[in-house]
Amino acid sequence: MKRLFSLIIFSLVFGLTLSAQGYKVGDKAMDFKLLNVDGKMVSMADYPDAKGFIVIFTCNHCPYSVAYEERKIALSKQFEPLGYPVIAINPNDSTLQPQDSYSQMIVRANEKEFPYPYLLDADQSVFKTYGATRTPHVFLLNKEEGGLIVKYIGAIDNNYEDADEVTDKYVEAAIAALQKGENPDPAFTKAVGCTIKYKK
Amino acid sequence: MPVFLVNLLILMHSVFSQPVDVFESKPAIMDFDTFQQYLEHENDTVYVINFWATWCAPCVKELPDFEKLNQKFGDRNFKILLVSLDFRKMYETRLIPFIEENKLRAEVILLHDPDANAWIDKVSPEWSGAIPATLIYKNDFRLFHEGGYTFDELNSIVEPLIN
Repeated sequence: MKRLFSLIIFSLVFGLTLSAQGYKVGDKAMDFKLLNVDGKMVSMADYPDAKGFIVIFTCNHCPYSVAYEERKIALSKQFEPLGYPVIAINPNDSTLQPQDSYSQMIVRANEKEFPYPYLLDADQSVFKTYGATRTPHVFLLNKEEGGLIVKYIGAIDNNYEDADEVTDKYVEAAIAALQKGENPDPAFTKAVGCTIKYKK
Repeated sequence: MPVFLVNLLILMHSVFSQPVDVFESKPAIMDFDTFQQYLEHENDTVYVINFWATWCAPCVKELPDFEKLNQKFGDRNFKILLVSLDFRKMYETRLIPFIEENKLRAEVILLHDPDANAWIDKVSPEWSGAIPATLIYKNDFRLFHEGGYTFDELNSIVEPLIN
C-alpha cells in the first residue's frame, strides 16, 4: 500500500509538470512582438494582408529541426505569396543550449538565407502560451473574424528524416483545406522532436 | 607464399583479433511494428524504456543514471532498453561510436520509423514526441514521463516494483 501511495504521489508530481497549458485547435492565438535576426521587432500585426500564419517553433541545434530546414524554406516560398507566411521562433534558453543564441541564429539565418523571419522568444513566454513542447512544432493560424484561430498543430509532414520519403504533407494539406473554407484533417499530429530548453 | 609470411599473417591475425573491451553486439535497427513487443510484456519484469538520441543533451546527461540503475537491478526482474531516435544514416558514424565511447552496457536499439505520428500515441498518449521520454512498466502498471529523470527519481519508482 505504501509503495502504491508513493507511486501515486510521484505520478502526480511529475504529471503536473507535463500538463502545461497551451493552445488546442480552435483556440484564438495571441500575437507577439519578438526580435528578428535582422535586429527588428516582428509581430503578426505587421502583416495586414496575411490570411494566416505558419508559426514554427524551431532552433539551430536540433537535428530534427535542421532536417526540416529546406522544407521550411520551401513552405515559405510556396505559401507566403498565397497569404500564409512562415514565422520561425526559437524558444530555447541559450544558457542551456549555446548553439541557439541570438548571435548563432543570425549566423544560421545568413548561411541558409532564410526567406522568413527567425525570431527569438527571449523571455520564453510565447512558446509556453502556445504550448509548444518540441522543435520543430508547427501552429497553423487562420485569420478569421474572431482573430487568429489555431487550425492545425503538429508536424510539417510524416517523415522527419528524409523529405523524399514523405507521403503526407500535413501543413500543405491543412492550408489547402483552409483555402477551400474547410477544417484541416488531420488537425493535430505528433512528431519526434527536441525538448524545448528552459529553466524549470 | 614463403612460410615466414604465412606465419606473420597468422601472428597479425591473432594479435588483431584479440577480444577488446567494447560493445560486442551492434544495436538492432527496427521499425515500430517490430519494436512494439517491448512495450507489451506481461512477465513480472520491470521494463524501463528510455527514448533518447546522441545529440540530445538532456538525454545524454541522464544516461549514466540509467546505466547505474541497470547495474543495481540488472540481475533482478528488470530490463532496461535505450531506444535511440538518431537518424538511420548516423548509425555507423555516430550511434555506434557513442555507445563504445560511453561504454554503454544497457541494451540499445535504433528505432527507425520516421512516421512518428503513427506510433507516438502507442508508446503513450501523454507523449508529445519530445525527447528525453521514459516509459516504466510492469504488467499492468505503466508510468510515462516526458523529460529527464534523476537517479533517485528512477530508483524511487523502480525499487518498489522489483520483487
